[in-house]
Amino acid sequence: MNFLLATEPVAKLVETSTEAASTSADTVMLLLTVFVLAVFIGVEVITKIPPTLHTPLMSGSNAISGIALVGAVLAAGSGDSMLPKILGCVAVTLATINVVGGFMVTHRMLGMFRRKD
Amino acid sequence: MDPRLVQLAYLVSAVLFILGLKGLTRPRSAVRGNLLGACGLLVAVVVTLFGAGLDYRLIVGGLVVGTVIGAVFAIRVQMTEMPQMVALFNGFGGAASTLVAGANLVQTDSFGADTLVATALSGMIGAVTFSGSLIAWGKLKEFRQLEEIRIPAQQIVNALLVLSCVGLTVFMANGDGSTMTVVAYWGISALALLLGVTLVVSIGGADMPVVIALLNSYSGLAAAATGFVLSNTVLIISGSLVGASGLILTRIMCVAMNRSLPNVLFGTMGSSGSTLNADDVYANVKSTSAEEVAMLLEVANRVVIVPGYGMAVAQAQHTVSDLRKILVARQVEVDFAIHPVAGRMPGHMNVLLAEANVPYEALREMDEINPTMEQADVTIVLGANDVVNPLARTDPQSAIAGMPIIDADKSRTVIVIKRSLSPGFAKIPNPLFAAENTLMLFEDGRKAIQDIINALNES
Repeated sequence: MNFLLATEPVAKLVETSTEAASTSADTVMLLLTVFVLAVFIGVEVITKIPPTLHTPLMSGSNAISGIALVGAVLAAGSGDSMLPKILGCVAVTLATINVVGGFMVTHRMLGMFRRKD
Repeated sequence: MDPRLVQLAYLVSAVLFILGLKGLTRPRSAVRGNLLGACGLLVAVVVTLFGAGLDYRLIVGGLVVGTVIGAVFAIRVQMTEMPQMVALFNGFGGAASTLVAGANLVQTDSFGADTLVATALSGMIGAVTFSGSLIAWGKLKEFRQLEEIRIPAQQIVNALLVLSCVGLTVFMANGDGSTMTVVAYWGISALALLLGVTLVVSIGGADMPVVIALLNSYSGLAAAATGFVLSNTVLIISGSLVGASGLILTRIMCVAMNRSLPNVLFGTMGSSGSTLNADDVYANVKSTSAEEVAMLLEVANRVVIVPGYGMAVAQAQHTVSDLRKILVARQVEVDFAIHPVAGRMPGHMNVLLAEANVPYEALREMDEINPTMEQADVTIVLGANDVVNPLARTDPQSAIAGMPIIDADKSRTVIVIKRSLSPGFAKIPNPLFAAENTLMLFEDGRKAIQDIINALNES
């Protein structure tokens, strides 16, 4: 499930060797780096958005936070036990409502902001 | 599929999200920006679907049902109801994160302390977002029962809930993936659900823009935490973008009310030392008629309209737009003065007026229009109250002392359209209503504007 950085079941490795423990720490640090840098990009870009567009920004960014859909798809589609798959399926539904509804309503709203005479 | 290809696709979608948000910086490129964001999400989902050997049965069901519900929401919702819808969607995003982290806890066999802490965080933030958003939604729907709920010793309850969550997180971090770890996870989520309720239930109407913005931020942070659980970069990047966006909006809203975030979340409004009595303040209120307002407008060169939440409640945006058109046709300069916290979410007024075909050039921000308010012949205050209350400037004891306001009182004549002299959210009297240059038009917003239009057309 973990595509990034070949994170093989990290914990198992941790148990077996100290070398692997540092791999896990590296992964977390790398993810943390990505997180912090992305926050900075977000702040830079979003500060420039004018108040007129704040509602579309909220509904649009709201749709983007539906990216949890990616995790939901993985949960609903993998593994053998039923419970996590059902949890995943509910998550897929909720996240899809979030994504589809969010982008569509933002589109509808932005259509109203077109220049008029 | 090669995992590196999947990673590359995730990178592409992260870039699309950033470009999409960049597009939102100008009205003209905003539509394209939103579409870029949607493409980004599509890429991420498609690649995930085909990236690993997945069992599609449940996925497809969820996707179809979710798409239909989402689309119906998006097409049906009225622009006045946008705050409710955004609140609800924030909640769905949060719930999805909690469920994903919970499902992963059962499926995975990696139980590093970092993964487990991320899982706990994901469950906690997601659950707070979910229940908090549902309460915010209910409050925006104005369910009476919610207004009556009072939580005894609220701060202590909140603190206890947070501490219990932290305690369980520490327990989880030392866990081994056994049943107890899973139980602890759902315990955290349940406590966080309660926390979401206790945090939001006591926050009142006019503070809703802050709450919605904050929940928006949380829904992003929950997705980012889930990203840490799954070591998935696209979740982390888009989650943090949304988290940053929500935090910036929260800050803007707080600054616009001259209040700190803790004050909005935990403080009580209106408990100020001010001794102003409404009867004294309103001793000399002058009321007027639509005909008189029409006469004033006929000789005006510049008119400023200050809309507030009352305009949304009265659904008066289309009528106001008609009034603007009539005045513009008579060579009158008409501007709208938009206070950052007018309405129930950031930018609420702008969306309503855009829906009613008011060009966005006519919508002026507070800082931009205030220096020119003295040149306004007539200012029409429509359904706004606290954001035009001069006490914010003059009375340091007032609950709204120091809050930036729109200087409606500085224009030559002020028309306040309001059904009664009832106070706004801050529960304080507004001396503007009794000012020498103010005339009150006691009427429903939409009917009042329509009457003014009729009077203008008759003359």
